[in-house]
Amino acid sequence: MTKSTEELEKYVSQTRRDIVRMVHAVQSGHPGGSLGCAEYLTVLYQDILRHNSSNFSMDGKNEDVFLLSNGHISPVFYSALARSGYFSVEELATFRKLNTRLQGHPTTHEGLPGVRIASGSLGQGLSVAAGIAEAKKLNGDDKLVYVLMGDGELQEGQIWEALMYAAHNKLDNIIATVDVNGRQIDGDTKDIMGFEDLKSRFESFGWNVLTMDGNDVDDVRDTLSKAGVLQGNGQPICILMNTEMGNGVDFMMGSHAWHGIAPNDEQLASALDQNPETLGDY
Amino acid sequence: MSNLTAMEKKDTRSGFGDGLYELGVQNKDVVGLCADLTGSLKMNKFQNEFPDRFFQVGIAEANMMGMAAGLATAGKIPFTGTFANFSTGRVYDQIRQSIAYSHKNVKICASHAGLTLGEDGATHQILEDIGLMKMLPGMTVINPCDYNQTKEATIAIAEHNGPVYLRFGRPKWPIFTETGKFEIGKALHLREGKDVTIFATGHLVWNSLEAAKALAEEGISAEVINIHTIKPLDNEAILDALSTTRCAVTAEEHQMHGGLGDSICQLLALNSPTPVEMVAVNDSFGESGKPEELLDKYGLGIKDVVAACKRAIARKG
Repeated sequence: MTKSTEELEKYVSQTRRDIVRMVHAVQSGHPGGSLGCAEYLTVLYQDILRHNSSNFSMDGKNEDVFLLSNGHISPVFYSALARSGYFSVEELATFRKLNTRLQGHPTTHEGLPGVRIASGSLGQGLSVAAGIAEAKKLNGDDKLVYVLMGDGELQEGQIWEALMYAAHNKLDNIIATVDVNGRQIDGDTKDIMGFEDLKSRFESFGWNVLTMDGNDVDDVRDTLSKAGVLQGNGQPICILMNTEMGNGVDFMMGSHAWHGIAPNDEQLASALDQNPETLGDY
Repeated sequence: MSNLTAMEKKDTRSGFGDGLYELGVQNKDVVGLCADLTGSLKMNKFQNEFPDRFFQVGIAEANMMGMAAGLATAGKIPFTGTFANFSTGRVYDQIRQSIAYSHKNVKICASHAGLTLGEDGATHQILEDIGLMKMLPGMTVINPCDYNQTKEATIAIAEHNGPVYLRFGRPKWPIFTETGKFEIGKALHLREGKDVTIFATGHLVWNSLEAAKALAEEGISAEVINIHTIKPLDNEAILDALSTTRCAVTAEEHQMHGGLGDSICQLLALNSPTPVEMVAVNDSFGESGKPEELLDKYGLGIKDVVAACKRAIARKG
Protein backbone atom coordinates (compact mmCIF):
# COMPACT_ATOMS: atom_id res chain seq x y z
CA MET A 1 0.00 0.00 0.00
CA THR A 2 1.77 3.04 -1.25
CA LYS A 3 -0.85 5.44 -2.54
CA SER A 4 -3.22 7.67 -0.60
CA THR A 5 -6.95 7.68 -1.18
CA GLU A 6 -6.65 11.07 -2.87
CA GLU A 7 -4.01 9.80 -5.27
CA LEU A 8 -6.08 6.73 -6.13
CA GLU A 9 -9.11 8.90 -6.77
CA LYS A 10 -7.07 10.94 -9.23
CA TYR A 11 -6.35 7.74 -11.14
CA VAL A 12 -10.04 6.83 -11.06
CA SER A 13 -11.03 10.20 -12.51
CA GLN A 14 -8.44 9.89 -15.26
CA THR A 15 -9.48 6.31 -16.04
CA ARG A 16 -13.12 7.39 -16.38
CA ARG A 17 -11.98 10.03 -18.87
CA ASP A 18 -9.96 7.40 -20.77
CA ILE A 19 -12.99 5.11 -20.93
CA VAL A 20 -15.48 7.62 -22.31
CA ARG A 21 -12.94 9.15 -24.70
CA MET A 22 -11.93 5.73 -26.10
CA VAL A 23 -15.53 4.64 -26.63
CA HIS A 24 -16.56 8.01 -28.04
CA ALA A 25 -13.68 8.08 -30.53
CA VAL A 26 -14.77 4.90 -32.30
CA GLN A 27 -18.47 5.16 -31.40
CA SER A 28 -18.39 1.60 -30.08
CA GLY A 29 -17.46 -0.32 -26.96
CA HIS A 30 -18.82 -0.86 -23.46
CA PRO A 31 -18.70 2.18 -21.16
CA GLY A 32 -21.24 1.15 -18.49
CA GLY A 33 -19.51 -1.87 -16.97
CA SER A 34 -16.11 -0.25 -17.53
CA LEU A 35 -17.04 2.79 -15.44
CA GLY A 36 -18.48 0.60 -12.70
CA CYS A 37 -15.15 -1.21 -12.34
CA ALA A 38 -12.86 1.86 -12.53
CA GLU A 39 -12.17 1.91 -8.77
CA TYR A 40 -11.52 -1.84 -8.59
CA LEU A 41 -9.03 -1.94 -11.47
CA THR A 42 -7.35 1.26 -10.35
CA VAL A 43 -6.78 0.05 -6.80
CA LEU A 44 -5.74 -3.40 -8.01
CA TYR A 45 -3.16 -2.14 -10.52
CA GLN A 46 -1.94 0.90 -8.55
CA ASP A 47 -1.86 -0.50 -5.05
CA ILE A 48 -2.39 -4.23 -4.69
CA LEU A 49 -0.74 -6.29 -7.44
CA ARG A 50 2.86 -7.38 -6.94
CA HIS A 51 3.75 -7.25 -10.62
CA ASN A 52 6.37 -6.11 -13.08
CA SER A 53 4.59 -3.84 -15.53
CA SER A 54 7.73 -2.64 -17.31
CA ASN A 55 8.86 -6.15 -18.21
CA PHE A 56 5.75 -8.22 -18.90
CA SER A 57 6.16 -11.98 -18.79
CA MET A 58 3.38 -14.23 -20.01
CA ASP A 59 3.97 -16.90 -17.37
CA GLY A 60 3.75 -14.40 -14.50
CA LYS A 61 6.09 -16.49 -12.35
CA ASN A 62 6.51 -15.01 -8.87
CA GLU A 63 4.05 -12.23 -9.73
CA ASP A 64 0.39 -11.71 -8.96
CA VAL A 65 -1.62 -12.10 -12.15
CA PHE A 66 -4.98 -10.67 -13.16
CA LEU A 67 -7.41 -12.09 -15.72
CA LEU A 68 -10.42 -10.23 -17.10
CA SER A 69 -13.14 -12.80 -17.77
CA ASN A 70 -15.84 -10.31 -18.82
CA GLY A 71 -13.73 -9.06 -21.70
CA HIS A 72 -16.21 -6.50 -23.00
CA ILE A 73 -15.14 -4.05 -20.30
CA SER A 74 -11.82 -3.79 -22.12
CA PRO A 75 -11.71 0.06 -21.95
CA VAL A 76 -11.18 0.07 -18.18
CA PHE A 77 -8.70 -2.83 -18.45
CA TYR A 78 -6.65 -1.04 -21.12
CA SER A 79 -6.66 2.20 -19.13
CA ALA A 80 -5.52 0.38 -15.96
CA LEU A 81 -2.73 -1.35 -17.89
CA ALA A 82 -1.53 1.82 -19.61
CA ARG A 83 -1.75 3.96 -16.45
CA SER A 84 0.35 1.37 -14.57
CA GLY A 85 3.06 1.22 -17.22
CA TYR A 86 2.38 -1.88 -19.35
CA PHE A 87 2.31 0.25 -22.50
CA SER A 88 2.16 3.91 -23.39
CA VAL A 89 -1.05 5.82 -22.65
CA GLU A 90 -0.92 7.24 -26.21
CA GLU A 91 -1.76 3.76 -27.48
CA LEU A 92 -5.22 4.08 -25.90
CA ALA A 93 -6.06 6.23 -28.94
CA THR A 94 -5.88 3.12 -31.15
CA PHE A 95 -8.69 1.31 -29.31
CA ARG A 96 -10.82 -0.76 -31.73
CA LYS A 97 -9.12 0.68 -34.81
CA LEU A 98 -7.62 -1.38 -37.64
CA ASN A 99 -4.21 -2.92 -36.77
CA THR A 100 -4.54 -2.06 -33.07
CA ARG A 101 -3.24 -4.15 -30.19
CA LEU A 102 -6.27 -2.87 -28.24
CA GLN A 103 -8.86 -5.13 -29.84
CA GLY A 104 -12.56 -4.76 -29.04
CA HIS A 105 -12.14 -7.60 -26.58
CA PRO A 106 -8.74 -8.30 -24.97
CA THR A 107 -6.47 -10.79 -26.67
CA THR A 108 -2.93 -12.13 -26.49
CA HIS A 109 -2.97 -12.44 -30.27
CA GLU A 110 -1.59 -8.96 -30.96
CA GLY A 111 0.98 -9.18 -28.17
CA LEU A 112 -0.38 -6.44 -25.90
CA PRO A 113 1.62 -6.50 -22.63
CA GLY A 114 -0.54 -7.28 -19.62
CA VAL A 115 -3.02 -9.57 -21.35
CA ARG A 116 -2.59 -13.30 -20.65
CA ILE A 117 -5.76 -14.75 -22.19
CA ALA A 118 -8.36 -13.77 -24.75
CA SER A 119 -11.80 -13.07 -23.31
CA GLY A 120 -15.09 -11.93 -24.72
CA SER A 121 -16.99 -15.17 -24.98
CA LEU A 122 -18.10 -15.27 -21.35
CA GLY A 123 -17.55 -17.76 -18.58
CA GLN A 124 -13.99 -18.89 -19.30
CA GLY A 125 -11.72 -16.77 -17.09
CA LEU A 126 -12.20 -18.59 -13.80
CA SER A 127 -11.11 -21.89 -15.38
CA VAL A 128 -7.97 -20.24 -16.71
CA ALA A 129 -7.37 -18.79 -13.25
CA ALA A 130 -7.67 -22.28 -11.76
CA GLY A 131 -5.04 -23.55 -14.20
CA ILE A 132 -2.61 -20.75 -13.32
CA ALA A 133 -3.34 -21.29 -9.60
CA GLU A 134 -2.47 -24.99 -9.92
CA ALA A 135 0.74 -24.11 -11.77
CA LYS A 136 1.71 -21.64 -9.04
CA LYS A 137 1.19 -24.29 -6.36
CA LEU A 138 3.24 -26.77 -8.39
CA ASN A 139 6.03 -24.19 -8.75
CA GLY A 140 6.04 -23.22 -5.06
CA ASP A 141 5.07 -19.69 -6.16
CA ASP A 142 3.05 -18.01 -3.39
CA LYS A 143 1.72 -15.11 -5.46
CA LEU A 144 -2.00 -14.74 -6.20
CA VAL A 145 -4.34 -15.12 -9.16
CA TYR A 146 -7.03 -12.44 -9.48
CA VAL A 147 -9.97 -12.75 -11.84
CA LEU A 148 -12.93 -10.45 -12.51
CA MET A 149 -16.31 -11.70 -13.75
CA GLY A 150 -19.66 -10.03 -14.30
CA ASP A 151 -22.78 -11.03 -12.38
CA GLY A 152 -24.69 -11.70 -15.59
CA GLU A 153 -21.73 -13.86 -16.61
CA LEU A 154 -22.53 -16.21 -13.72
CA GLN A 155 -25.31 -17.54 -15.94
CA GLU A 156 -22.61 -19.43 -17.88
CA GLY A 157 -22.38 -23.01 -16.64
CA GLN A 158 -18.61 -23.31 -17.01
CA ILE A 159 -18.16 -20.93 -14.07
CA TRP A 160 -19.88 -23.38 -11.76
CA GLU A 161 -17.64 -26.18 -12.99
CA ALA A 162 -14.64 -24.03 -12.08
CA LEU A 163 -16.14 -23.03 -8.72
CA MET A 164 -16.49 -26.72 -7.83
CA TYR A 165 -12.98 -27.52 -8.99
CA ALA A 166 -11.31 -24.67 -7.09
CA ALA A 167 -13.05 -25.49 -3.81
CA HIS A 168 -12.51 -29.26 -4.07
CA ASN A 169 -8.82 -28.68 -4.78
CA LYS A 170 -8.38 -25.97 -2.13
CA LEU A 171 -7.13 -23.31 -4.53
CA ASP A 172 -6.79 -20.64 -1.86
CA ASN A 173 -4.52 -18.60 -4.14
CA ILE A 174 -7.47 -17.45 -6.28
CA ILE A 175 -9.30 -14.20 -5.54
CA ALA A 176 -12.34 -14.09 -7.81
CA THR A 177 -14.29 -10.85 -7.88
CA VAL A 178 -17.84 -10.65 -9.20
CA ASP A 179 -19.01 -7.26 -10.45
CA VAL A 180 -22.51 -7.21 -8.99
CA ASN A 181 -24.07 -4.32 -10.89
CA GLY A 182 -27.40 -6.08 -11.37
CA ARG A 183 -27.55 -5.24 -15.07
CA GLN A 184 -27.10 -7.14 -18.32
CA ILE A 185 -27.79 -6.39 -21.97
CA ASP A 186 -31.48 -7.24 -21.98
CA GLY A 187 -32.33 -5.64 -18.65
CA ASP A 188 -31.90 -6.12 -14.93
CA THR A 189 -30.24 -9.35 -13.90
CA LYS A 190 -32.99 -10.10 -11.38
CA ASP A 191 -35.53 -10.15 -14.24
CA ILE A 192 -33.42 -12.05 -16.77
CA MET A 193 -32.02 -14.85 -14.59
CA GLY A 194 -31.75 -13.71 -11.02
CA PHE A 195 -29.44 -15.10 -8.36
CA GLU A 196 -30.95 -14.62 -4.96
CA ASP A 197 -28.41 -14.52 -2.16
CA LEU A 198 -25.22 -14.89 -4.15
CA LYS A 199 -23.21 -15.06 -0.95
CA SER A 200 -24.80 -18.29 0.23
CA ARG A 201 -24.54 -19.78 -3.25
CA PHE A 202 -20.78 -19.24 -3.31
CA GLU A 203 -20.47 -20.41 0.29
CA SER A 204 -22.39 -23.59 -0.45
CA PHE A 205 -19.86 -24.24 -3.23
CA GLY A 206 -17.10 -24.05 -0.61
CA TRP A 207 -15.82 -20.52 -1.20
CA ASN A 208 -14.83 -17.92 1.38
CA VAL A 209 -16.97 -14.88 0.51
CA LEU A 210 -16.31 -11.19 1.20
CA THR A 211 -18.41 -8.26 0.03
CA MET A 212 -17.43 -4.70 -0.74
CA ASP A 213 -18.64 -1.46 -2.24
CA GLY A 214 -16.79 -1.49 -5.54
CA ASN A 215 -17.21 2.24 -6.04
CA ASP A 216 -15.56 3.16 -2.73
CA VAL A 217 -11.79 3.31 -3.16
CA ASP A 218 -11.08 2.74 0.55
CA ASP A 219 -13.42 -0.22 0.81
CA VAL A 220 -11.93 -1.77 -2.34
CA ARG A 221 -8.41 -1.37 -0.98
CA ASP A 222 -9.28 -2.69 2.47
CA THR A 223 -11.21 -5.68 1.15
CA LEU A 224 -8.58 -6.65 -1.41
CA SER A 225 -5.94 -6.45 1.33
CA LYS A 226 -8.05 -8.57 3.63
CA ALA A 227 -8.65 -11.11 0.84
CA GLY A 228 -4.91 -11.50 0.24
CA VAL A 229 -4.38 -12.46 3.88
CA LEU A 230 -6.89 -15.31 3.57
CA GLN A 231 -4.48 -17.24 1.36
CA GLY A 232 -3.45 -20.48 3.01
CA ASN A 233 -6.83 -21.16 4.61
CA GLY A 234 -7.62 -23.92 2.12
CA GLN A 235 -10.56 -22.10 0.55
CA PRO A 236 -10.72 -20.06 -2.66
CA ILE A 237 -11.79 -16.47 -2.07
CA CYS A 238 -14.69 -14.65 -3.70
CA ILE A 239 -15.41 -10.94 -3.43
CA LEU A 240 -18.96 -9.86 -4.25
CA MET A 241 -18.38 -6.33 -5.43
CA ASN A 242 -21.45 -4.10 -5.51
CA THR A 243 -21.13 -1.45 -8.18
CA GLU A 244 -23.22 1.01 -10.12
CA MET A 245 -23.00 0.53 -13.87
CA GLY A 246 -21.87 3.81 -15.43
CA ASN A 247 -20.56 5.11 -12.09
CA GLY A 248 -19.14 8.65 -12.21
CA VAL A 249 -21.13 9.77 -15.24
CA ASP A 250 -24.58 10.76 -14.02
CA PHE A 251 -26.58 10.10 -17.17
CA MET A 252 -25.09 6.62 -17.56
CA MET A 253 -26.10 5.49 -14.06
CA GLY A 254 -29.31 3.80 -13.00
CA SER A 255 -30.05 1.52 -15.94
CA HIS A 256 -28.54 -1.05 -18.28
CA ALA A 257 -28.90 1.32 -21.24
CA TRP A 258 -25.19 2.20 -21.39
CA HIS A 259 -23.94 -1.40 -21.42
CA GLY A 260 -22.71 -1.19 -24.99
CA ILE A 261 -23.37 2.20 -26.57
CA ALA A 262 -21.13 5.20 -27.07
CA PRO A 263 -21.75 8.80 -25.99
CA ASN A 264 -22.19 11.53 -28.62
CA ASP A 265 -20.12 14.75 -28.59
CA GLU A 266 -22.40 16.54 -26.16
CA GLN A 267 -22.61 13.58 -23.81
CA LEU A 268 -18.83 13.21 -23.93
CA ALA A 269 -18.39 16.84 -22.92
CA SER A 270 -20.74 16.34 -19.98
CA ALA A 271 -18.97 13.14 -18.88
CA LEU A 272 -15.59 14.89 -19.03
CA ASP A 273 -16.93 17.86 -17.06
CA GLN A 274 -17.86 15.48 -14.27
CA ASN A 275 -14.38 13.91 -14.15
CA PRO A 276 -11.42 16.30 -14.07
CA GLU A 277 -8.25 15.64 -15.99
CA THR A 278 -5.79 14.68 -13.25
CA LEU A 279 -2.90 12.85 -14.88
CA GLY A 280 -3.08 14.08 -18.46
CA ASP A 281 -5.33 12.82 -21.22
CA TYR A 282 -3.73 10.52 -23.79
CA MET B 1 9.70 -48.22 -45.38
CA SER B 2 7.93 -49.77 -42.44
CA ASN B 3 7.40 -53.39 -41.50
CA LEU B 4 4.01 -54.05 -43.03
CA THR B 5 3.33 -57.40 -41.42
CA ALA B 6 1.49 -56.80 -38.21
CA MET B 7 2.88 -58.96 -35.42
CA GLU B 8 0.39 -58.00 -32.75
CA LYS B 9 -2.59 -55.81 -32.00
CA LYS B 10 -2.86 -53.06 -29.44
CA ASP B 11 -5.14 -50.06 -28.97
CA THR B 12 -3.84 -46.68 -30.07
CA ARG B 13 -5.00 -45.15 -26.76
CA SER B 14 -2.41 -47.33 -25.01
CA GLY B 15 0.19 -45.74 -27.24
CA PHE B 16 -0.96 -42.39 -25.89
CA GLY B 17 -0.85 -43.58 -22.27
CA ASP B 18 2.63 -45.08 -22.65
CA GLY B 19 3.92 -42.02 -24.50
CA LEU B 20 2.54 -39.69 -21.84
CA TYR B 21 4.21 -41.71 -19.11
CA GLU B 22 7.57 -41.49 -20.91
CA LEU B 23 7.09 -37.75 -21.28
CA GLY B 24 6.38 -37.52 -17.57
CA VAL B 25 9.74 -39.10 -16.85
CA GLN B 26 11.59 -36.88 -19.34
CA ASN B 27 9.99 -33.49 -18.81
CA LYS B 28 8.77 -32.13 -15.49
CA ASP B 29 6.73 -29.41 -17.22
CA VAL B 30 4.40 -31.99 -18.75
CA VAL B 31 1.10 -32.17 -16.84
CA GLY B 32 -2.03 -34.24 -17.44
CA LEU B 33 -5.71 -33.39 -17.05
CA CYS B 34 -8.57 -35.83 -17.33
CA ALA B 35 -12.36 -35.56 -17.15
CA ASP B 36 -13.28 -38.79 -15.35
CA LEU B 37 -11.93 -41.14 -18.04
CA THR B 38 -8.45 -41.90 -16.72
CA GLY B 39 -8.74 -45.64 -17.34
CA SER B 40 -10.26 -45.27 -20.80
CA LEU B 41 -7.50 -42.83 -21.82
CA LYS B 42 -4.80 -45.08 -20.27
CA MET B 43 -3.57 -42.16 -18.16
CA ASN B 44 -3.33 -44.22 -14.93
CA LYS B 45 0.38 -44.80 -15.18
CA PHE B 46 1.06 -41.08 -15.47
CA GLN B 47 -1.42 -40.37 -12.67
CA ASN B 48 0.11 -42.93 -10.31
CA GLU B 49 3.70 -41.95 -10.99
CA PHE B 50 3.22 -38.16 -11.07
CA PRO B 51 0.18 -37.41 -8.87
CA ASP B 52 1.22 -33.77 -8.37
CA ARG B 53 1.21 -33.22 -12.11
CA PHE B 54 -2.13 -34.89 -12.75
CA PHE B 55 -5.40 -32.98 -12.43
CA GLN B 56 -8.68 -34.88 -12.16
CA VAL B 57 -11.29 -32.33 -13.21
CA GLY B 58 -14.41 -34.51 -13.00
CA ILE B 59 -17.09 -34.50 -15.67
CA ALA B 60 -16.45 -30.88 -16.63
CA GLU B 61 -14.69 -30.67 -19.96
CA ALA B 62 -15.17 -26.93 -20.47
CA ASN B 63 -13.37 -26.23 -17.20
CA MET B 64 -10.66 -28.71 -18.20
CA MET B 65 -9.92 -26.79 -21.42
CA GLY B 66 -9.80 -23.46 -19.58
CA MET B 67 -7.53 -24.91 -16.90
CA ALA B 68 -5.24 -26.32 -19.57
CA ALA B 69 -5.01 -22.82 -21.06
CA GLY B 70 -4.10 -21.48 -17.62
CA LEU B 71 -1.46 -24.14 -17.00
CA ALA B 72 0.05 -23.39 -20.41
CA THR B 73 0.03 -19.65 -19.65
CA ALA B 74 2.12 -20.40 -16.56
CA GLY B 75 4.64 -22.38 -18.63
CA LYS B 76 3.40 -25.98 -18.25
CA ILE B 77 2.75 -28.35 -21.17
CA PRO B 78 -0.75 -29.65 -20.48
CA PHE B 79 -2.16 -32.82 -22.07
CA THR B 80 -5.95 -33.06 -21.76
CA GLY B 81 -7.62 -36.45 -22.02
CA THR B 82 -11.21 -37.36 -22.75
CA PHE B 83 -13.22 -38.92 -25.59
CA ALA B 84 -12.94 -37.21 -28.98
CA ASN B 85 -16.52 -35.99 -28.88
CA PHE B 86 -16.02 -34.28 -25.51
CA SER B 87 -12.58 -33.03 -26.59
CA THR B 88 -13.93 -31.05 -29.53
CA GLY B 89 -17.63 -30.52 -30.19
CA ARG B 90 -18.55 -30.13 -26.54
CA VAL B 91 -15.86 -27.53 -25.87
CA TYR B 92 -15.36 -25.85 -29.23
CA ASP B 93 -15.67 -22.29 -27.99
CA GLN B 94 -13.35 -22.90 -25.04
CA ILE B 95 -10.74 -24.28 -27.44
CA ARG B 96 -11.31 -21.50 -29.94
CA GLN B 97 -10.96 -18.58 -27.52
CA SER B 98 -8.85 -19.77 -24.58
CA ILE B 99 -6.51 -22.10 -26.50
CA ALA B 100 -6.34 -21.44 -30.27
CA TYR B 101 -6.85 -17.66 -30.40
CA SER B 102 -4.79 -17.26 -27.23
CA HIS B 103 -2.10 -19.50 -28.77
CA LYS B 104 -1.70 -21.72 -25.72
CA ASN B 105 0.62 -24.71 -25.78
CA VAL B 106 -2.14 -27.23 -25.01
CA LYS B 107 -2.21 -30.80 -26.32
CA ILE B 108 -5.81 -31.94 -26.76
CA CYS B 109 -5.67 -35.73 -26.69
CA ALA B 110 -8.78 -37.49 -27.80
CA SER B 111 -9.64 -41.17 -27.65
CA HIS B 112 -12.59 -43.22 -28.92
CA ALA B 113 -12.78 -41.25 -32.16
CA GLY B 114 -14.84 -42.51 -35.06
CA LEU B 115 -17.02 -45.54 -35.73
CA THR B 116 -14.55 -48.05 -34.23
CA LEU B 117 -15.62 -46.93 -30.78
CA GLY B 118 -18.28 -49.56 -31.50
CA GLU B 119 -21.22 -50.46 -29.31
CA ASP B 120 -21.67 -47.10 -27.53
CA GLY B 121 -23.15 -45.73 -30.74
CA ALA B 122 -23.46 -42.40 -32.48
CA THR B 123 -23.57 -40.10 -29.43
CA HIS B 124 -19.93 -40.96 -28.81
CA GLN B 125 -18.74 -41.75 -32.36
CA ILE B 126 -17.67 -38.29 -33.42
CA LEU B 127 -16.94 -38.11 -37.15
CA GLU B 128 -16.63 -34.33 -37.40
CA ASP B 129 -13.71 -33.64 -35.06
CA ILE B 130 -10.92 -33.39 -37.65
CA GLY B 131 -12.93 -30.78 -39.51
CA LEU B 132 -13.73 -28.81 -36.36
CA MET B 133 -10.10 -28.74 -35.29
CA LYS B 134 -8.45 -28.11 -38.65
CA MET B 135 -10.54 -24.99 -39.20
CA LEU B 136 -8.97 -23.31 -36.17
CA PRO B 137 -6.04 -21.07 -37.15
CA GLY B 138 -2.75 -22.38 -35.77
CA MET B 139 -4.10 -25.77 -34.69
CA THR B 140 -2.03 -28.85 -35.61
CA VAL B 141 -4.16 -31.95 -36.27
CA ILE B 142 -2.71 -35.47 -36.00
CA ASN B 143 -4.46 -38.84 -36.37
CA PRO B 144 -1.91 -41.65 -35.89
CA CYS B 145 -2.56 -45.14 -37.26
CA ASP B 146 -1.30 -47.67 -34.73
CA TYR B 147 0.10 -48.09 -31.23
CA ASN B 148 3.70 -47.26 -32.16
CA GLN B 149 2.82 -44.16 -34.13
CA THR B 150 0.49 -42.88 -31.42
CA LYS B 151 3.18 -43.29 -28.78
CA GLU B 152 5.80 -41.51 -30.90
CA ALA B 153 3.36 -38.75 -31.84
CA THR B 154 2.48 -38.18 -28.18
CA ILE B 155 6.14 -37.69 -27.37
CA ALA B 156 6.77 -35.51 -30.43
CA ILE B 157 3.97 -33.01 -29.80
CA ALA B 158 5.45 -32.02 -26.43
CA GLU B 159 8.35 -30.46 -28.34
CA HIS B 160 6.07 -28.52 -30.66
CA ASN B 161 5.15 -25.08 -29.31
CA GLY B 162 1.47 -24.52 -30.02
CA PRO B 163 -1.92 -26.15 -29.73
CA VAL B 164 -2.27 -29.70 -31.07
CA TYR B 165 -5.23 -32.01 -31.56
CA LEU B 166 -4.15 -35.66 -31.26
CA ARG B 167 -6.85 -38.14 -32.25
CA PHE B 168 -6.78 -41.87 -31.53
CA GLY B 169 -9.13 -44.74 -30.81
CA ARG B 170 -10.48 -47.53 -28.70
CA PRO B 171 -10.12 -50.90 -30.50
CA LYS B 172 -7.12 -53.19 -30.55
CA TRP B 173 -5.59 -52.61 -33.99
CA PRO B 174 -2.64 -54.13 -35.87
CA ILE B 175 0.78 -52.66 -35.11
CA PHE B 176 2.73 -52.24 -38.33
CA THR B 177 4.78 -49.04 -38.18
CA GLU B 178 8.29 -49.03 -36.83
CA THR B 179 9.24 -47.11 -33.76
CA GLY B 180 11.34 -44.02 -34.35
CA LYS B 181 11.08 -40.28 -34.22
CA PHE B 182 7.70 -38.95 -35.31
CA GLU B 183 7.93 -35.99 -37.65
CA ILE B 184 4.90 -33.71 -37.47
CA GLY B 185 3.64 -32.84 -40.95
CA LYS B 186 5.72 -35.41 -42.83
CA ALA B 187 3.90 -38.00 -44.93
CA LEU B 188 5.04 -41.59 -44.50
CA HIS B 189 5.43 -43.84 -47.57
CA LEU B 190 4.27 -47.32 -46.57
CA ARG B 191 4.02 -49.09 -49.95
CA GLU B 192 5.28 -48.26 -53.43
CA GLY B 193 2.89 -48.37 -56.39
CA LYS B 194 2.36 -46.81 -59.81
CA ASP B 195 -1.35 -47.03 -60.70
CA VAL B 196 -3.02 -45.17 -57.83
CA THR B 197 -2.04 -43.49 -54.55
CA ILE B 198 -4.02 -44.15 -51.38
CA PHE B 199 -3.68 -41.37 -48.81
CA ALA B 200 -4.85 -42.77 -45.49
CA THR B 201 -5.00 -41.67 -41.86
CA GLY B 202 -5.81 -43.36 -38.55
CA HIS B 203 -7.24 -46.89 -38.41
CA LEU B 204 -7.95 -46.80 -42.15
CA VAL B 205 -4.22 -47.00 -42.92
CA TRP B 206 -4.28 -50.71 -42.10
CA ASN B 207 -7.35 -51.25 -44.29
CA SER B 208 -5.58 -49.41 -47.09
CA LEU B 209 -2.50 -51.63 -46.84
CA GLU B 210 -4.72 -54.71 -46.95
CA ALA B 211 -6.55 -53.24 -49.94
CA ALA B 212 -3.24 -52.65 -51.73
CA LYS B 213 -2.34 -56.31 -51.19
CA ALA B 214 -5.66 -57.44 -52.63
CA LEU B 215 -5.24 -55.11 -55.60
CA ALA B 216 -1.75 -56.52 -56.25
CA GLU B 217 -3.30 -59.95 -56.72
CA GLU B 218 -5.39 -58.45 -59.52
CA GLY B 219 -2.32 -56.85 -61.08
CA ILE B 220 -3.04 -53.33 -59.83
CA SER B 221 -0.15 -51.49 -58.20
CA ALA B 222 -1.34 -49.19 -55.39
CA GLU B 223 0.91 -46.83 -53.50
CA VAL B 224 0.01 -46.26 -49.83
CA ILE B 225 0.97 -43.04 -48.09
CA ASN B 226 0.15 -42.42 -44.44
CA ILE B 227 -0.93 -38.83 -43.81
CA HIS B 228 -0.83 -38.83 -40.02
CA THR B 229 -0.75 -35.03 -39.89
CA ILE B 230 -3.85 -33.57 -41.50
CA LYS B 231 -2.74 -30.05 -40.66
CA PRO B 232 -0.23 -28.89 -41.71
CA LEU B 233 -0.63 -31.12 -44.75
CA ASP B 234 2.48 -32.44 -46.52
CA ASN B 235 1.56 -30.76 -49.81
CA GLU B 236 4.82 -31.59 -51.49
CA ALA B 237 4.67 -35.33 -50.81
CA ILE B 238 1.07 -35.49 -52.04
CA LEU B 239 1.72 -33.58 -55.27
CA ASP B 240 4.94 -35.56 -55.91
CA ALA B 241 3.20 -38.92 -55.55
CA LEU B 242 0.38 -37.94 -57.88
CA SER B 243 2.74 -36.75 -60.59
CA THR B 244 3.40 -40.48 -61.13
CA THR B 245 0.12 -42.22 -60.30
CA ARG B 246 -2.20 -39.38 -61.47
CA CYS B 247 -5.17 -40.54 -59.37
CA ALA B 248 -5.89 -40.69 -55.66
CA VAL B 249 -7.99 -42.40 -53.03
CA THR B 250 -8.38 -40.90 -49.56
CA ALA B 251 -9.30 -43.11 -46.59
CA GLU B 252 -10.31 -42.02 -43.11
CA GLU B 253 -12.70 -42.73 -40.25
CA HIS B 254 -14.41 -39.34 -40.51
CA GLN B 255 -17.09 -37.46 -42.39
CA MET B 256 -16.31 -36.77 -46.02
CA HIS B 257 -16.97 -33.11 -45.22
CA GLY B 258 -14.09 -31.60 -43.32
CA GLY B 259 -11.73 -34.56 -43.20
CA LEU B 260 -8.44 -35.57 -44.80
CA GLY B 261 -10.08 -36.18 -48.18
CA ASP B 262 -11.51 -32.70 -48.18
CA SER B 263 -8.04 -31.20 -47.45
CA ILE B 264 -6.45 -33.20 -50.26
CA CYS B 265 -9.20 -32.30 -52.74
CA GLN B 266 -8.64 -28.63 -51.93
CA LEU B 267 -4.91 -28.96 -52.45
CA LEU B 268 -5.39 -30.71 -55.78
CA ALA B 269 -8.12 -28.41 -57.06
CA LEU B 270 -5.89 -25.41 -56.40
CA ASN B 271 -2.67 -26.91 -57.73
CA SER B 272 -3.13 -29.93 -59.95
CA PRO B 273 -6.65 -31.18 -60.64
CA THR B 274 -6.58 -34.96 -60.32
CA PRO B 275 -9.31 -37.64 -59.99
CA VAL B 276 -9.97 -38.42 -56.32
CA GLU B 277 -12.24 -41.02 -54.74
CA MET B 278 -13.04 -40.66 -51.04
CA VAL B 279 -13.46 -43.46 -48.54
CA ALA B 280 -15.20 -41.71 -45.64
CA VAL B 281 -18.59 -41.51 -43.97
CA ASN B 282 -21.07 -39.84 -46.29
CA ASP B 283 -23.03 -37.25 -44.28
CA SER B 284 -24.36 -39.73 -41.74
CA PHE B 285 -24.23 -40.49 -38.01
CA GLY B 286 -22.98 -43.90 -36.88
CA GLU B 287 -24.71 -46.53 -34.72
CA SER B 288 -24.04 -49.40 -32.31
CA GLY B 289 -22.18 -52.47 -33.54
CA LYS B 290 -18.79 -54.14 -33.66
CA PRO B 291 -15.99 -52.01 -35.14
CA GLU B 292 -15.49 -54.22 -38.22
CA GLU B 293 -19.26 -54.44 -38.85
CA LEU B 294 -19.55 -50.67 -38.66
CA LEU B 295 -16.62 -50.05 -41.00
CA ASP B 296 -18.25 -52.39 -43.54
CA LYS B 297 -21.73 -50.91 -43.20
CA TYR B 298 -20.51 -47.31 -43.57
CA GLY B 299 -18.27 -48.03 -46.54
CA LEU B 300 -14.87 -47.96 -44.81
CA GLY B 301 -13.92 -51.63 -45.22
CA ILE B 302 -11.03 -53.12 -47.18
CA LYS B 303 -13.33 -53.92 -50.12
CA ASP B 304 -14.45 -50.28 -50.18
CA VAL B 305 -10.87 -49.07 -50.52
CA VAL B 306 -10.32 -51.62 -53.31
CA ALA B 307 -13.44 -50.42 -55.16
CA ALA B 308 -12.46 -46.77 -54.74
CA CYS B 309 -9.03 -47.46 -56.25
CA LYS B 310 -10.61 -49.05 -59.31
CA ARG B 311 -12.97 -46.11 -59.75
CA ALA B 312 -10.09 -43.65 -59.45
CA ILE B 313 -7.99 -45.50 -62.02
CA ALA B 314 -10.95 -45.62 -64.42
CA ARG B 315 -11.27 -41.83 -64.23
CA LYS B 316 -7.69 -41.19 -65.35
CA GLY B 317 -7.56 -39.62 -68.77
